Amino acid sequence: MSVVRTIPGSPPEPLRHVHQPLAHDSATRHVQGGAAYIDDLREPEGMLHIACGLSPVARGTLRGMNLDAVRSHPGVVAVFTAADVPGSNDVSPSVGGDPMFAEERVLFHSQVLFAVAATTRDAARRAARLARLEIEAETPSVTVEQAAERQETVLPDYAFARGDIEATLTASPRRIDGSFRIGGQEHFYLEGQAALAIPKEDGELLVHSSTQHPTEVQHVVAKVLGLPDALVICEVRRMGGGFGGKESQATQWAAIAALAAHKLKRPCKIRLDRDDDFATTGKRHDMRCDYRIGFDEAGRIQAYDVDYLARCGYSADLSQGVVDRAMFHSDSSYWLPVTRINTRRLLTNTVSNTAFRGFGGPQGMLMAERMIDEIAWALGRDPLDVRYANLYRDGEDITPYGQKVSELDTMHALLAMLEKTSDYRRRRDEVTAFNASSRFIKRGLALTPVKFGISFTLKQLNQAGALVHVYQDGSIQLNHGGTEMGQGLYQKVAQVVAEEFGVAIERVRITATTTDKVPNTGPTAASSGTDLNARAALNAAQAIKARMADYAASLWNCPAAAIRFRDDRVFHGNDSLGFGELANKAHLDRVHLSATGFYATPGITWDRARKHGNPFLYFSFGAACAEVEIDTLTGENRVRRVDILHDVGKSLNPAIDIGQIEGGFVQGMGWLTTEELVFDAKGKLLTHAPATYKIPVASDLPADFRVALYPNANRADVVYASKAVGEPPVMLANAVFCALADAVHALKPGARVPLDAPATPEAILRACEAVQGRAMGGER
Amino acid sequence: MTENLRKAIRFMRRGEVISLDAFSPRRTVLDWLREDMRLTGTKEGCAEGDCGACTAVVGRLKGGRLVYEPVNTCIMLLGQLDGAELITVDDLAHEGALHPVQAAMVAHHGSQCGFCTPGIVMSLFALYQEGARPVTRAAVCDALAGNLCRCTGYRPIIDAALDACAGEAADRFMAARAATHAALAVLATPEDVMVGDDSSFFAIPRSADALAELCLAHPDATVLAGATDVGLWLTKGLHDIRKFIWLGRVEGFDAIENGPDAIRIGAGATHSEAYCQLASIDPDLGEVMRRFGSVQVRASGTVGGNIANGSPIGDLAPCFIALGATVELRRGAATRTLPLEDFFLAYRSQDRQPSEFVSALIVPKLAEGQHFRAFKVSKRFDEDISAVMGAVRLTLDGSTITGARIAFGGMAGTPKRAAGAEAALAGASISHVAGWSAALAAISEDFQPMTDQRATASYRSTVARNLLAKALIEIAGISSGETRLIAHRERMEAAE
Repeated sequence: MSVVRTIPGSPPEPLRHVHQPLAHDSATRHVQGGAAYIDDLREPEGMLHIACGLSPVARGTLRGMNLDAVRSHPGVVAVFTAADVPGSNDVSPSVGGDPMFAEERVLFHSQVLFAVAATTRDAARRAARLARLEIEAETPSVTVEQAAERQETVLPDYAFARGDIEATLTASPRRIDGSFRIGGQEHFYLEGQAALAIPKEDGELLVHSSTQHPTEVQHVVAKVLGLPDALVICEVRRMGGGFGGKESQATQWAAIAALAAHKLKRPCKIRLDRDDDFATTGKRHDMRCDYRIGFDEAGRIQAYDVDYLARCGYSADLSQGVVDRAMFHSDSSYWLPVTRINTRRLLTNTVSNTAFRGFGGPQGMLMAERMIDEIAWALGRDPLDVRYANLYRDGEDITPYGQKVSELDTMHALLAMLEKTSDYRRRRDEVTAFNASSRFIKRGLALTPVKFGISFTLKQLNQAGALVHVYQDGSIQLNHGGTEMGQGLYQKVAQVVAEEFGVAIERVRITATTTDKVPNTGPTAASSGTDLNARAALNAAQAIKARMADYAASLWNCPAAAIRFRDDRVFHGNDSLGFGELANKAHLDRVHLSATGFYATPGITWDRARKHGNPFLYFSFGAACAEVEIDTLTGENRVRRVDILHDVGKSLNPAIDIGQIEGGFVQGMGWLTTEELVFDAKGKLLTHAPATYKIPVASDLPADFRVALYPNANRADVVYASKAVGEPPVMLANAVFCALADAVHALKPGARVPLDAPATPEAILRACEAVQGRAMGGER
Repeated sequence: MTENLRKAIRFMRRGEVISLDAFSPRRTVLDWLREDMRLTGTKEGCAEGDCGACTAVVGRLKGGRLVYEPVNTCIMLLGQLDGAELITVDDLAHEGALHPVQAAMVAHHGSQCGFCTPGIVMSLFALYQEGARPVTRAAVCDALAGNLCRCTGYRPIIDAALDACAGEAADRFMAARAATHAALAVLATPEDVMVGDDSSFFAIPRSADALAELCLAHPDATVLAGATDVGLWLTKGLHDIRKFIWLGRVEGFDAIENGPDAIRIGAGATHSEAYCQLASIDPDLGEVMRRFGSVQVRASGTVGGNIANGSPIGDLAPCFIALGATVELRRGAATRTLPLEDFFLAYRSQDRQPSEFVSALIVPKLAEGQHFRAFKVSKRFDEDISAVMGAVRLTLDGSTITGARIAFGGMAGTPKRAAGAEAALAGASISHVAGWSAALAAISEDFQPMTDQRATASYRSTVARNLLAKALIEIAGISSGETRLIAHRERMEAAE
């Protein structure tokens, strides 16, 4: 274990806020219904409601739209189509291809064709269904196979390779080929997409948006309206969940509200109905993974060849980064001496798949765990032993993309600790004994690792800004570019700032993220919100503190280094002033008590064209051990017990971090078990609401759930030696999936288990029947 | 309707009686709260009664007792508040002090994004008021089955609930129970209610005769029970329904008569009211009820509505058919009964005439020698619609099967009996495993299920056959090891 680092200039006294399990900043407001989301904001006088008209066809040519009935519906004030857009009709976060309103081509089922502004939401929704559409329909590409057949992609194929894959596969003592399907996932943030646009004087617009990326909303709204960025402000106090679903795909709704507000000179609000939210916004990428594995009798991987066929939907959106991250995590925690990792980013006539917590990493890692399970089944060994046999180790520690894996000691020690604390070996024996005596119910056990690279793989996103004010009364206002979606970022940053000034946390007023206070920010994503924004805020706080210390030193005629900030006071030896008193005196003596802070992550060197470099500042680690049982007559299943050990460095706030770990795990478990997205052959999403799309409920939580933080400290230069926590826990759920496969395997040891994800009861029953040599047939 | 007609609904909120005489009959409680009252603490998450973000608590007098139950306000119509007390998340904290449930949620870090939190707080508030002490972890999970949280993974919420409900309920709502009871009693006057006019109304008949008369006068009106399905016609289908006749306050319509051989369930009885009585027939029926919707859905939805609605799955219908239940219908003064399986004609079509309504269900108890099994198979255990719902009642004479009633939901356009399998089992021996094979094979002849978003046809067929096998194995008592993931039969039998 390394020595705990301290940030230069940070207080030497025992910490009062940092590392403490403080409640979420809005907790008492949450429980009283007093935390306001966009739809709760007091509606401005004259505000209109917007609803969108959606395409009933997934692919085709829009020949005509008769909107007379829409326009004449009572309450309707205006209808907007692509022809009404003064600037660019494209809301893409990347290379284009995301029309705000459909133009000639219809690209996916439920694509937005037009928008209605009406005096009530009910009137807008009813009117939006009255359009008479003339669409020349074509057969859509719904599956990756259909897209591949048409040779349609959203981005070029891209691969990493190391060594001679064909020769090594041929020379390997053992060889397995296979194909594995991994399903997508709907974000199901509880607050659906929403925006409220308010026109100000001279073309200025204030846009309240439920977005993880206010700068992009500002930028796209300006582009759509043909305005300079400086005329548009985007503000977000909080989201009712994001999970990546509001990184790029909150923009369209904000832009539609802004267009209507700009044209009509009236405030306009849009809030998607849940079904429309499901039907129109992108999800986690589902993938077909075709693989070839070469290994030896000891279970050591010699060669791994994998092709990911990613269903990207109708446009590129963030698919470059997402699918790249699947590639970066194709190794899970395993040394791949020879490998070829190839990706196809296929264009389908479905929603444009987008960021979702883990950003491709979960798919890459789950496929790697399937590889390990395949080897274990083939060799008749415990999968955990095969995992150990392939872990990165000294001398075998370079990833396929050329970065050396840091903290190998953490990776190994964490797994060993969990193996012990979860009592894995004894429970393996118990599961085996149970299965020997139980004909219909089978149990499974798995312990899987997590290694997740931290940093945006797009270099320019690794920067952040903050703005801190100390007022004359000593109260402090904090603002930064990170957004709050429930992950506790605001509170963590406030803890760091309060600590720096040596004041009570209540003195630090957290304010809404807004582009007119901190400009040119990146999205709150890639688990990096705290690493980036707490550091920027710390820089701002330190700048003000230095000025206050200089001023206090002048009062006491001592060196600034002798000044201490603690307990809401400022000390020189035994002399002290109240923090507010000093702020007031400093202001009267014309000391500047406001500062911006900025931070850019150092040392990131990824070169995508050369396929080499260090895309990550560091790795976060974790591991989970899951025990499950399945009913082999129905495929129903239960998670009996889960043990998690997770590395967040030295936690800034253990309560918030444990919340992220548990919540991420359960969300991952949902992705791999009950959450199934079903499109029909015409490209219509059939699972479009909670009645048909099933996320975990309270009773799905493992009855025995043991979560612990691994005692560690980040060796990279990160605020208070903490580590990022947002995404890595999702992949802890791989243990549940592998345990379910293990339970199926108990029916016929030695058989390959053709279990695809999600492991719904149907998927499990199919796998059970298959290993027993009975094909159920009639697959979807 | 009586001459003494009331033209306004009345309900209580914060100790005051609210009287509303002009509102759209399809106005939901949630829209009234958020748009008319500007009370935005209660959230809309799905507008279909599945996520629970809109949960509020309704207090009503039931059998002389004040009962607090959670409801999904997104699909509850405003008129359904008549005679009740409405409590929302805005009402719990008092003079700056959080309610014990709220305080526990903060102390246990039970909120992250906070959007589901108001609904969760209200579900836990209902549990705090009504939950039998000690409140167990299982009881908490049942109380939360209708509340989705996407952030926390629920562990801190469960801990908060166990903490808040560790002692007896002792909040100001408990202290005010007698006063609230008295105030609601004042609202329990017998006159019929009609808000609106003949072209658009929300009608609340207070007697079965008044209901029958209204249905005759307005054959085009929508008969509304719990609104757990009709609510979606409004919020999702945007149906332009203007006439509602609500059954919720028809005197005696919710009566449950537990006779020696059968239970008669008035069509107005909610699932929560019928839960214990039905569970007494067999633990499996109790388990189906426990997993039926959520607490919110069971508090509003009625057994009669579940049948009258004619869902092809309708978890109770296969169970009732297997038990040999009959349905009672009334039109005007005329009443008729028919076997439940005959009531379902085709997909979403029932043997019900205009102006006719379901008035009761008669569910036989198990006789000597009868064995019952019911299995609900869905993607998620709690709050999910079944892919396959199977129910079996065997009558044994020694080891000879003298009668078999087997019904499935999700296998056809209606809940349907497995005629071939039933015939194949008649006269067979329960202890002779090879003798079952004809019945198991007959299942694939009895049903040609469809593929939809819940399951494929092949899965449904395989599961239906396996469920029949499982029922036979269990009744025969020849299982090697467990046959269930949830051992509720053993638990309930042990409790007895």
